[in-house]
Amino acid sequence: MTTRIFGSGIRRREDPRLITGQATYTDDVNLAGMVYAAILRSPHAHARIRSINTDAAKSASGVLAVYTGADTQGVLNDIPCAWVVPESDVKAVPYPAIATDTVRYTGDAVAVVVAESRYRAEDALELINVDYEILPANVHAEAAMNEGTPQLHEDAPNNQAFHWVATGGDTDSAFASAEVVVTDTIIQQRLIPNAMEPRSAVVSYLPSMGELTIWNTTQNPHIARFVTSLVTGVPEHKIRVIAPEVGGGFGAKIPVYPWEMITAFCSMQLGRPVKWTETRSENYQSSIHGRDHVQAVEIAATREGKIIGLRSVVHAGMGAYLSTAGPGIPTILHGLMYSGPYDIPNIKADVYGVFTNTTPVDAYRGAGRPEATFLVERMVDLLANELNMDPVEVRRINLIPKFEDGFDISLGLTYDSGDYQGALDKVLEHVGYDELRRQQAESRGQATGNGRHGHDHGHGHDHGHDHDHQPSATQELIGIGVTTYCEICGIGPSQVAGAVGFGGGLWESAIIRFYATGKVNVFVGTSPHGQGEETTFAQIVSDELGVPVDDVEVIHGDTDNTPMGWGTYGSRTTVISGAAVALSSRKIKDKAIGLAAHLLEAAEEDIEYEDGKFFVRGSPDRSQTIQDIALMANVAWNMPEGMEPGLEASSFYDTPNFTFPFGAHVAVVTVDADNGHIVLQRYAAVDDCGNQINPMIVEGQVHGGIVQGAGQALWEGAVYDEDGQLLTGSMLDYALPKAHLLPEIETLSTVTPSPHNPLGVKGIGETGTIASTITIYNAVIDALKPFGITRLEMPLTPEKVWQAIQQSGKP
Amino acid sequence: MFAPEFEYHRANTVAEAIDLLSANPGAKVMAGGHSLIPLLKLRLARPTVVVDISGVAEMKGINVNDGNIRIGALTTHWEIESSSQVAQANSLLAEAAGGIGDTQVRNRGTIGGNLSHADPASDWGTVLTALNATLEVRGPGGATRTVSPTDFIVGPLTTTLGETEILTSINVPVLADNQVGEYAKMAHPASGYAVVGAAVVVTVDHHTCTGASIAVGGAVPVPVRLTSVEDALTGKELTHENIAAATAQAGSDLGGEILGDFFASAEYRRAMAGVETRHALFHATGVAHH
Repeated sequence: MTTRIFGSGIRRREDPRLITGQATYTDDVNLAGMVYAAILRSPHAHARIRSINTDAAKSASGVLAVYTGADTQGVLNDIPCAWVVPESDVKAVPYPAIATDTVRYTGDAVAVVVAESRYRAEDALELINVDYEILPANVHAEAAMNEGTPQLHEDAPNNQAFHWVATGGDTDSAFASAEVVVTDTIIQQRLIPNAMEPRSAVVSYLPSMGELTIWNTTQNPHIARFVTSLVTGVPEHKIRVIAPEVGGGFGAKIPVYPWEMITAFCSMQLGRPVKWTETRSENYQSSIHGRDHVQAVEIAATREGKIIGLRSVVHAGMGAYLSTAGPGIPTILHGLMYSGPYDIPNIKADVYGVFTNTTPVDAYRGAGRPEATFLVERMVDLLANELNMDPVEVRRINLIPKFEDGFDISLGLTYDSGDYQGALDKVLEHVGYDELRRQQAESRGQATGNGRHGHDHGHGHDHGHDHDHQPSATQELIGIGVTTYCEICGIGPSQVAGAVGFGGGLWESAIIRFYATGKVNVFVGTSPHGQGEETTFAQIVSDELGVPVDDVEVIHGDTDNTPMGWGTYGSRTTVISGAAVALSSRKIKDKAIGLAAHLLEAAEEDIEYEDGKFFVRGSPDRSQTIQDIALMANVAWNMPEGMEPGLEASSFYDTPNFTFPFGAHVAVVTVDADNGHIVLQRYAAVDDCGNQINPMIVEGQVHGGIVQGAGQALWEGAVYDEDGQLLTGSMLDYALPKAHLLPEIETLSTVTPSPHNPLGVKGIGETGTIASTITIYNAVIDALKPFGITRLEMPLTPEKVWQAIQQSGKP
Repeated sequence: MFAPEFEYHRANTVAEAIDLLSANPGAKVMAGGHSLIPLLKLRLARPTVVVDISGVAEMKGINVNDGNIRIGALTTHWEIESSSQVAQANSLLAEAAGGIGDTQVRNRGTIGGNLSHADPASDWGTVLTALNATLEVRGPGGATRTVSPTDFIVGPLTTTLGETEILTSINVPVLADNQVGEYAKMAHPASGYAVVGAAVVVTVDHHTCTGASIAVGGAVPVPVRLTSVEDALTGKELTHENIAAATAQAGSDLGGEILGDFFASAEYRRAMAGVETRHALFHATGVAHH
C-alpha cells in the first residue's frame, strides 16, 4: 500500500478561502428587504425598570419598530437551560429574552430597535428613555451566598443556582488519617472568550409558509434549531438554521442566546429579514464568559508523597442566568476530572453554582477541565513543596501505570487507555529537565540582586526566545513548571448524557454519497469552525475507500441538508462524528463488494479490496475501481437482485464511552525581580490524542490551545467593579496573548489509540488549554520559590509578582 | 460601535483646514483617525463637523538639516520607525516609533495626531520631552507659534492647542556624537500603551555624564522631567552603582498625582519609574549590570 492519507499532514482545504477573505460569515449575508436590529442594553448591573418610553425612538427617521419586554412577553418563551444536572437542585430561573421588570447584569436586553440602517438603529437607541431604580449588585462568586448579599432571583434563595457533590472512596477517613495535608484557595478568574467573529444572526421569516430561516454563528446548528423552536414556538421542521463560516467559537457559540431569538421575533413581527450583529463591546458584555471559580482545596498524602485524598469546595459563578450548558461545566466536566492521571482513592468535589450580577458563564475552551487540571496540578506542586520533593517525583509516585483498555478511577469513570509515564518521560527528556534544574540551582546560587538590561517588556525586543536560554547573573529568576494531565472528551454514550442531565443526545450521524462521476459528498451533523474536519473527514473517507482526497467534499452547518447532530464542542467532533464517517465508509465498502461481485461474476467472499480496487482473489486484473462501482450503482443498469440503486450510506454513531487524551507539558519562565515581568522562555508539550488523522492539524490545535491557556495564566481576566460595571470592556484593557510575547511552542506526541472508537482517536481541541495555564503558573511560582511565595492570583501581572516579592521580606 | 452623524470635510492645505475650523466651531481634526474614530464610535466625541487633513501635503515628510530633524505632523509612526535619516540622526526617535501599538497602528497613526490627542500613556510626549523637541502650531491668518512638549500637553487629553489651531510639525535636535538616547517602556499587554515609559538622553564625556535629560510618562497625567535624577547623574562616572544611586528616588520626581488602575497601581508605577529609568540608562550607556 502507498503512503496512507490517514495520518498525513496535508494542508487544510479550509485555509485558502479564509486567508484570502473569500469566506462568507453571517454578517456577510444580505437579503432583499433586510433591515437592522440594535439592542438596548442595561447600563446597570442590577436595577428595577420603573418605566420605558420609546415614543421618540419610534418616530425617529428610518425606524420601523421598537420592542420591549412587554412586547416579547408571552410571545417568546424564556431561554431554556439545557443542562439541568440531576440531584443538584438546579434553579432554572426565568431567563427572558428581553428583561421585563428587572435587569440583572450590564448587558441585559431592555429593548430592540429595528431600522432601515444600522446607524439609524443605533441613533434611535439613544432616544429610548428608561427609568431605572438602581439596586445593589453582587459580583463575587465566593460572597454571593453570604447573608445580606443582594438577591438576584426570587426562586433562588441565597443566590444558590445549584449544589452538586461527587464522591469517590471516603475522603473523611483519608484526611483524618493523613500524614500530610496541604490546603490552598485557588481562584479561576473569569475569562472573556474572544472569537474573531462576534455574534451575529440574520433571520428571515416567511409568513406565508410559516418558515423561519436563521443564519447564525453557532457551533451547533441543530441544537440552535431545537431551542429556537422551544423559544419561538415555530415547529422544528419549519426552522432552518445555517451556520455559514463561523469565525471561531471556543464554546461561546454553543449557547442559544436571547439576541438571535430577539432578532427572530423582530423578523416574525415585521415579515422582513432582520440582521443583528453585535459590536465587540457588546460581545464582551453579553456573550458568555468562562471559568469564575473560587476553589477551597485540600490534598492528603503520605510522607512518601502518595496522594490518598483530594477534596474541594467550589463556588462557581454562573452569572445572572443559567446559560445553555452552564450548570454542566463546573460539575460533570469539572468535578469528575479530579483524579487527573493519578490513582487517587478518595475524592470529593462539592460545588455550589451561584448567581451574580454578571454576564452568564458557560463553556469556554476546556470547559471545567482546565479548572480541574489546574486544581489537581497546583495541589501536587504544593504537596511536593511541603514534602521538599521534586514535583516530578511526586507525579511519578502517583501516576496510573500504563494501561491499554480501561482503568477504573475512584470517581466511577473508566479511563480508556493511557501511558502517562511515557508522556512524562518524553517531555522531560526533550527539555533536558535535569540540566534545567541544574541551571536553575546555579542561577539561584549566583543571584546578586542587580537589575538587567531589559527594556520594552511589552515588545520583547530583547528577550531571547532561543531554546538554549542561559541564565545570567542578574536577578532574572528561572522557573520550571511540569504538568501531567488527562482530560475527558468525546462524551457519550447518549444514555450517559441523559443520566447527567444533558438536554440532548450526544451521538452523531454522517451520510456519504457517491455520485456517478466517482466524486463524493460527506454530510455531517457536527459543525466545525476552525478545527479542520473538512480536511480530516475527507482523509477518513479517502483512506477507507481509496478515492483521491480531493474527490471528497464535506458538507456541514445547514440543518436543511445535513443529518442530525449535536454540534462541535468538547473535542468530540473527530471522535464521534469522525467515527460515524468511518462507519458509513465501511457500509459503502460492503455494498461495493456486493456490486463488484455481481459485475465481476464472482462470489462476494471471493472479492478482495485494496487501494480503491475490488478484485477477484487470485485474478487482480479482474477488477472494478470504486469509481466504476459508483457509476454502475448510480445508473443502476445492472444491479444484483434485491440491491437498491445508488451508492450512499448513513450511520448513527453513539460512543460506548468517553475518551481520555493525556500528556505532559513543561514551561520555562524567567521573572525579573526588579519589576515582576514574566517572560515565557520555553514551552514544550507532549500530547497523546490517540491516532492522528492529520498531524499538522493536531499541532495547530495544540498551539492554539496552549496560547489560550497562557492567556489565562499571564494576561487575561475579566474585571467587574463593585457596582457590576465591566472594567475590561474592550481590548484596550482585556489583554489577549500576542505572538511576540510567546516562544516557539515545541510540540511532540505519543500515540496510544483509544479502544473506545473505530478510529482509535481521542480529541485534541482542548488539551493545550487544559494543561498550559497551570504549567505556566507552576513555573512562575517555582521561579519565586526563593522568596517563599506559594500563591498568586491570575493573571500573573508584573505588579502582582513585584508586590509579592516586596512583601516576602527577602532580598 | 457606530458613530453619530457628522459632516465630513477634506482639507488640502493647512490654511484650508484652519478656515474650516474657523467656520465650524466644535469641529474636530482627523489625521490618521486612530484616536478620533474610536471616540466617534464610542459616541464619546460628537462633533458636527470632522475636518480630514490626511491629504495635506505640506504637513508630511521628514527633513534633516543643520542639526535639526523636522517631522511633518502627518508623518506616520512607521515612516519615522523606518526612516534611515532618522535612524542616523536620532535613533531614540526610531526606537520609540517602533514600539508604538502594532504594525497597523503605526501604518495609520501620525505623530501629530498622537501629540494632539495627548493620551497620558502615549510614547511621543515622553520621548519628545526628553529630547527637548519643539512643536510648531499654525493658526488663523498663518500665525505660527512654537511650543515645548510640556507647554503643549497640559493634562490628560488636554493641550494648549486652540480650536482653530493645528499642530503642523515637530522639530527634534539631532543627537550629537557624544549623546546617547534610550526609551524603556513597560507596555500594557493589551494596548501596548506605556504603563510607565522612561526616555533618557545622556551626554557622555570619557565615561562621565556631562548632561542628562530624562522624562517619564504613562505613570503621570503629563510627561515629567526627572530633574533630581538628571542632577544626580551629571558630573558622575556612568557606573552601575552611580546609575542605581541616581535613580533610586526617581519616583519622588513624579509629583503627587500618579495614575493607577487595576492593572498597575500608583504605588507600583511610582516604583517602576525608577526601574524603567535605570533600565533605559543601563541600555543607553552600555553599562554592565554589576
